[in-house]
Amino acid sequence: MGRLSWRLATVAEVRPETARVVTLALEVPGWDGHLPGQHVDVRLTAEDGYQAERGYSIASAPGSERVELTVERLDDGEVSPYLAGELRPGDQLELRGPVGGYFVWEPGRGGPLLLVAGGSGVVPLMAMLRHRAATGSQVPARLLYSSRTIEDVIYREELDRLAAAGDGLAVTHALTRAQPAGWSGYARRIDAVMLEEVGWRPGEHPLAYVCGPTRLVEAVAGQLVALGHDPARVRTERFGPTGVP
Amino acid sequence: MGGFVSRGFRGRRRAGAEQATRLPPGQYAETGFPVLTAGPTPRVDLATWRLTVEGLVAGPREWTWEEIQALPGSDFEGDIHCVTRWSKLGTSFAGVSVDTLLEAAEPRPEASHVVAFCHGGYTTNLPLEDLRGGKAWVVWEHEGAPLPAEHGGPARLLVPHLYLWKSAKWLAGLRLLDHDAPGFWESLGYHNVGDPWREERYWGD
Repeated sequence: MGRLSWRLATVAEVRPETARVVTLALEVPGWDGHLPGQHVDVRLTAEDGYQAERGYSIASAPGSERVELTVERLDDGEVSPYLAGELRPGDQLELRGPVGGYFVWEPGRGGPLLLVAGGSGVVPLMAMLRHRAATGSQVPARLLYSSRTIEDVIYREELDRLAAAGDGLAVTHALTRAQPAGWSGYARRIDAVMLEEVGWRPGEHPLAYVCGPTRLVEAVAGQLVALGHDPARVRTERFGPTGVP
Repeated sequence: MGGFVSRGFRGRRRAGAEQATRLPPGQYAETGFPVLTAGPTPRVDLATWRLTVEGLVAGPREWTWEEIQALPGSDFEGDIHCVTRWSKLGTSFAGVSVDTLLEAAEPRPEASHVVAFCHGGYTTNLPLEDLRGGKAWVVWEHEGAPLPAEHGGPARLLVPHLYLWKSAKWLAGLRLLDHDAPGFWESLGYHNVGDPWREERYWGD
């Protein structure tokens, strides 16, 4: 295996997703492709040579024209305020990847799929859903996605469209902090009852991918195992107090 | 790619020179203790907990929770480094030195490598030399409190001179081999050795 080398990527588009989240569409010459769920390392360099590196999940499906990263701005962060506040089209940044070989899904890995996301944890799962749609996969999939408010839901319209396609994807939102008038969906954190109502039965042997803040992932993964799901079919990605995936 | 500058990036103002020299390349100092795990956190019952040292040893050994607590204790105080780029400086763990466990089981001369295996199925591989000479521990306390389950409790391996994925959580045992055998992350794109000072993160680094 050759070393993953740093590449210079150019920002083609900066797309706001929510008040705190943007998608960066990057032109990456020589990009060799990736698997849905993988991430890249991003490196920033200040004028005095100081460097900061962080990992970010890839949001786009393999084969997309551009590599897209969706980044949540963390107020106390060092890298995310730059990526999600400072970068403009035409700017460049260094990245290398893709990396990560476990939290990945392709249609050949089967299902049914249970995807559980908290906040920006939806990003690698979105790469999976985009790939599923792009390949015409019929693997049944259910996304349970927890956000603080409806305004904090990332990819809301695209998720609505994907769910309306009638190809076996169901999307369920939980809004934990505030709900719009007339909201009839879940209005609490994800819990075991919700996982039973929305998810698959253990006997259906779903493949589960859970991504979000540590507390959510710890709780959901533990609840899935307690409900009788095979721990070996529950894959997790947690991000800690500083938002590192 | 020397000379590239990220327009408008200043970075967090650096802490003192001491911190700078303690951080391996590409790492930043983290005051919390993030959790990185590929699957659910296993719940391990202390009543049935065992730690084994097996494989190429003169006598395989097994310790219960009470037995391992009764061994001479050993503390680690220093820095730990995760491949996801955070380092935690000046932290502490308590447990037993891996030297103590190896001495009890007596590695055979042909033993050269170790696979650490865990509740939940995780594995990681290390050269035997990386576990000897006061460089590795089995720990069950972090900063004076029992090691939380999400950080590998009841007990985890601690090999602080390598990236933290080598410090296997929910440790069940050490298997000594006469050859190298890549573990979980080592088979999925991560470096076989994982020395943070050489920035050995991924295959080919």
